[in-house]
Amino acid sequence: MMFQKVRNRKSNIEESVVKKILLIMALTSVLSLGLIAFFIFMEGLPFMFNYGITEFIFGTTWDPTNQVYGIFPMIVGSVLATILAIFIGAPIGIAVAVFLVEIAPPRVAKVIRPAVQLMEGIPSVVIGLFGMVIILDLIRRLSRGPLSEFLPSTYQTGYSVLAGAIILVIMILPTIISISADAIRAVPKEYKQAALALGSSQWQTIYRVVVPAAKSGLIAAVVLGVGRAIGETMAIIMVIGNTVLIPELGWESIFAPVRTLTGNIALEMGYAGPEHRQALFATGIILFMFIIIINSITIVLRKKEY
Amino acid sequence: MKKHHLLKVTGIVALLTLAACDSEDSEDATATNEADEPASGDAESSNDEEASNLEGTVTISGSTSVQPISEELAVPFMEENPDTRIEVSGGGSGAGVTAAQQGASDFGAVSREIAEDETGIEEYVIALDGIAIIVHPDNALSELALEDVTDIFSGEVTNWSEIGGDDTDIVVVSREDGSGTRDAFTDIVLGDDELIDTALIQNTTGGVAESVANDPNAVGYMSTGSMSDSVQGLNIDGAEPTDENIRSGEYPVSRPFNYVSNEDEPLSEVAQAFLDFILGDDGQQVVEDNGFISVD
Repeated sequence: MMFQKVRNRKSNIEESVVKKILLIMALTSVLSLGLIAFFIFMEGLPFMFNYGITEFIFGTTWDPTNQVYGIFPMIVGSVLATILAIFIGAPIGIAVAVFLVEIAPPRVAKVIRPAVQLMEGIPSVVIGLFGMVIILDLIRRLSRGPLSEFLPSTYQTGYSVLAGAIILVIMILPTIISISADAIRAVPKEYKQAALALGSSQWQTIYRVVVPAAKSGLIAAVVLGVGRAIGETMAIIMVIGNTVLIPELGWESIFAPVRTLTGNIALEMGYAGPEHRQALFATGIILFMFIIIINSITIVLRKKEY
Repeated sequence: MKKHHLLKVTGIVALLTLAACDSEDSEDATATNEADEPASGDAESSNDEEASNLEGTVTISGSTSVQPISEELAVPFMEENPDTRIEVSGGGSGAGVTAAQQGASDFGAVSREIAEDETGIEEYVIALDGIAIIVHPDNALSELALEDVTDIFSGEVTNWSEIGGDDTDIVVVSREDGSGTRDAFTDIVLGDDELIDTALIQNTTGGVAESVANDPNAVGYMSTGSMSDSVQGLNIDGAEPTDENIRSGEYPVSRPFNYVSNEDEPLSEVAQAFLDFILGDDGQQVVEDNGFISVD
């Protein structure tokens, strides 16, 4: 009896200690997020107010040497590259996920699944290097060759939204594929069986039943892809040209060189003077906002799902 | 211990004059640079004791282009002379001249030629900064006038045929805002003109080289010290971008890094020692290691 009590007390203490430790560890992630946010805002916010939020966000000239800081071209650049990447990447990603879960024979899936996982592990610089050597060359040939009549000369260099988007597609595909696959796998078997029992073909089942049932999960996958795309930096710098200009409206704009928000920070952080640095932190705030909005959308969508 | 450390730092020079060192006990940077004349060391061995205990502060202000190399030079000097401090601040070349004229700093840093009307100062060239204008190896042009380079980068000329090349559009590649190389290029080539806003931007020397090496229509610029065979450096105003041509002043896309000091006030002992270190072999090695051109 006595012994039992001691043991109970001991395990109680143990339990509460472990609980506390785990809690502290869980709090570190919240704390580090808080600290990062705090410092970015502390460095960038005063600058934004001093300079004028509207002029900062909607200003079209970025010329730190002359103290002009307008990041609208970068916002446009980031949004364009991301939209194009999703436009190409989302259908491919969802298609691969459907194929993996519903269609592929186990032997084929065994090859594709690890390949997708491996793709996720490739460092972005390596993808950037690939883009710089291979993709830029292809786009340059295309834009100087058959498309040269339609494109202004400054859009023929290969460095373009399109090159950036292709790189982004490579980087976001694994995310989209794995999350979409989970969503599709989560569709109850009964739905499928019912559809097949009613006489629909496999394709009809997938198209009319499985994909619609997994819709919110698929959208969450795409939105997460957007988040990853907008935050990507290193590989993008290498292929997108980094020119601070808003592209002309129209299909030609996918061949225009642009600069992204992340690229702006990474490019100029090294040598920036005090005010210039604050402007880069302020760029970080805008980026932070984008990410918060995108993640909130994902959270809302995921809640709906369950 | 100290002697051992100093020997290590002074490197090749110390090795070459090892015999002299044996009789000179401890050497500091100043003495090392004069080690070519062992007589001075032998005759005034009492002077060496004093020199190794060098202490004091050297202030340098002025050109932000010179700032990084000043800081790089200060590191080995302060290592050798632990009681010294080198304080480097910015402000611009003009502020550097003013600081020297008023005696506010030991040295003013100036990243351009000293103007005729900037009087009352003594100038020392500590390094040269040369910029090569690079094109694809297949580019038919091998020579340009400096005005043509200005026109290309400011956007006045947009086709190679306008300046004697093939009929293709020019693709301008530049460095990012804040880069020292861009700063030098803007200084020497563009002057008051603005860089063409459609220029592609790369944030490393390697990035610029890669862009130019991959695009037959491209033109970019990089420090002459980093040139490789993948790109072609153009002759400007008839002069090849070589170290010799930059030293002789024939190659125009270059600029001197000057330290200027007040003409009437003699340099403090520690300032003189720092200057001697910079102009000596070790200092000039640091200059070369940072991609600049050493002075003789």
